Amino acid sequence: MIEIEKSLKREIIVKRIAKEFEDGFNVNLGVGMPSLVANYLPDNVKIMLHGENGMLGMGEHEINHDGQYNSVDAGGAPVKVVPGGAFFDSCAAFAMARGGHLDCTVLGALEVDQEGNLANWWVPGVRMPGMGGAMDIVVGAKRVIVSMEHTSKGMPKILKRCSLPLTAVKCVDTIVTELGYFKVTPEGLVLKEINPNVTVEEVQSVTEADLIISPNLKAMF
Amino acid sequence: MNKVISKKEAIAHVHDGSVLMVGGFNTSGDPNELVEALRTKTSVKNITLISTDSGVTDSPLTNMLSEGRFKKVIGTFFGANKEIQKRVNEGTIEYELVPQGTFVERIRSAGAGLGGVITPTGVGTVVAEGKQKINIDGREYLIEKPLRGEVAFIRAEIADESGNLVMIGNAKNTNTVMAMAADFVIAQANQIVKTGEIDPDDVTVPSIYVDAIVLAGEEI
Repeated sequence: MIEIEKSLKREIIVKRIAKEFEDGFNVNLGVGMPSLVANYLPDNVKIMLHGENGMLGMGEHEINHDGQYNSVDAGGAPVKVVPGGAFFDSCAAFAMARGGHLDCTVLGALEVDQEGNLANWWVPGVRMPGMGGAMDIVVGAKRVIVSMEHTSKGMPKILKRCSLPLTAVKCVDTIVTELGYFKVTPEGLVLKEINPNVTVEEVQSVTEADLIISPNLKAMF
Repeated sequence: MNKVISKKEAIAHVHDGSVLMVGGFNTSGDPNELVEALRTKTSVKNITLISTDSGVTDSPLTNMLSEGRFKKVIGTFFGANKEIQKRVNEGTIEYELVPQGTFVERIRSAGAGLGGVITPTGVGTVVAEGKQKINIDGREYLIEKPLRGEVAFIRAEIADESGNLVMIGNAKNTNTVMAMAADFVIAQANQIVKTGEIDPDDVTVPSIYVDAIVLAGEEI
């Protein structure tokens, strides 16, 4: 299989996910790669970014902030708020998440399996970071999209069954990696789109889960 | 009633073994001066801390943690705090991790006189272990118990002397619910005004929840 450079992997993934967003969506993006999706939206698609620390309409990072930290992202970095944005407390922020008001969330994963189970918060014995808001967000968002590199150190991350502690059961709708676009369905995990530079057999060889190949398999870019 | 007190009076409400709630989320809305006063002007220890993240690196809360003053921490995310990671790994601190949405609703339920929270969050995960489950209309939920403090330190932008608070931006975070859920609630405010000077429409936290106010920037 062809080698894909790390930065190109990310670009393939976030560009593809950006196509899933519709104008007017309220979205929560995880830190790291998921947050980059916002950079690839078409001009006619405006979304409101939800911050679980209490804001809707999160804007760019604020370089010359006032030192007061009254407008920050969930990682604590000062951010601007876009026109039409709003601030609220943590109860409201999680009511939005848990209550099904977010159109979509994009987040990374350590493992995800063919039933849509997600593990993304804890590797026992390594460290104990805590789950933060992830469990509430994936339980409640209308759609959960996993954005991740296809393998970790050559080992599959899309499994028959997650082995790490779960974030939530049967919550994932879509998985996007540099090799393909996968949809969790009642019948199983369907490969719907593929990186045109690899073969179906190559994708299956680095995927532990049983893949159902869509009869309408398309190129993902 | 004038609820303004000094920092010295405020920290005297916390004792060895107290259950202390501290508001804030990451860099935003932490009552840092109250915590710093508690850390430097008292020797209280064996405290159970209820806080979203137990503070960020070099915050007064983290410094107090590194002095070994907390017996147990109840929170949602320790990933930005090296000191607590170290103590959790060494086994030198007790901890309870709670999903963040559940954390704030457990606190709110305590303040609202409810018997807890019925939530789908955590079903099928380690969070569900040992907890009562309930099926409502075909969906499974966990029953999560109320979470209360003996003392709460919270932060506001403006307070009036009777305890009405104005919070701004996303510094509201956990401060609004912690105001409801402790026996004695102390707010650190950047500005204190006379009662009547805050438009009732602008009040974030009504005075009924607030026992005392301390002015930020004041000498201890």
